[in-house]
Amino acid sequence: MLWSLFINCFKVGALTIGGGYAMLPVMKEVFVTKKKWVSEEDFVDMMAVIQTVPGAIAVNSSIYLGRKIAGIPGAIAATIGSVLPSFLIILLIASTLTSWYQNPYIANFFAGVRPAVIALILVAGVKLGKGILHSKIQIALTLLFALLALVLKFHPVVLLVMGAAIGILLSRISEKSNASEKKGRDQ
Amino acid sequence: MLPLFQRDIIERNHWLTQSDFLDIVATAEMTPGPIAINTATFVGYKLSGFWGSLVSTLAIVLPSFISITLLAFILNKLKDNKDAQSGIKGMRPAVTAMIITAALSLAPQSIVRPLDIILFAGALILSWKNWLNPIVILLGSGVISLLFGLI
Repeated sequence: MLWSLFINCFKVGALTIGGGYAMLPVMKEVFVTKKKWVSEEDFVDMMAVIQTVPGAIAVNSSIYLGRKIAGIPGAIAATIGSVLPSFLIILLIASTLTSWYQNPYIANFFAGVRPAVIALILVAGVKLGKGILHSKIQIALTLLFALLALVLKFHPVVLLVMGAAIGILLSRISEKSNASEKKGRDQ
Repeated sequence: MLPLFQRDIIERNHWLTQSDFLDIVATAEMTPGPIAINTATFVGYKLSGFWGSLVSTLAIVLPSFISITLLAFILNKLKDNKDAQSGIKGMRPAVTAMIITAALSLAPQSIVRPLDIILFAGALILSWKNWLNPIVILLGSGVISLLFGLI
């Protein structure tokens, strides 16, 4: 299991090209779809909680999932796996003293990867949404948050806090109304 | 994270020049992996060779490791706490929105050439319909762009 975790995180790490959520499509493909190590819900919840602590999302998510799947050894295996590809490549580049990013072939390759990454992240995001957002309220909230993020440039953590607060509020309200319904019936 | 690097490495300690740093960042942006980690690895190498890069990489990953481990521990304890669970579920619309808007806001700088539009649309359809897996789509897109550049 540890070895499988390491290898798969290595795969994810090697294909995380570009910052931010670039690791999401490949990670989802490996952890949720192929290996079925976590459910879609768990995956989304993971994405939420790891953004509340410092650190790159790509690394944080590997550590979290690794730990969830195989405890601390899992976390270590996952972390090393996901960091190793870039570590090795950087070592190679740094030691050969070439300005690789100026090589036209390499530049072209990555220029082609970038639009694909955007598309993959979009599709992964929408599919995750379809899988885990069921009620109209949730969909409306998603649109609201999207607006706040795009137009008003709200910081991600602010949105997460808002989401959490609303979640707690709504669940408490529905609890109260269930309780008073029950009271009404009992009377 | 980059401004922090800049302040400590260039301004405070004068370990590297601004242009050295820009070179490093440009490379770190292109190689797989988060920019921050890659930059740390690279800077570490420049300053102290292999061991430097090892130390800097471990150092930049360690806070994440500690905080995530703590976080997971706390969340485990809150497994049966109703509020905590509704809070986490409440974040789902936020995360979904964040993922989609992040992609949308990066689109202008990633889709530059006409070919990019085709690659974008192709990747969109292929992955939406699940006709190819993300790994193949990513690599294929890069290869197509590479070949296109050879024409």
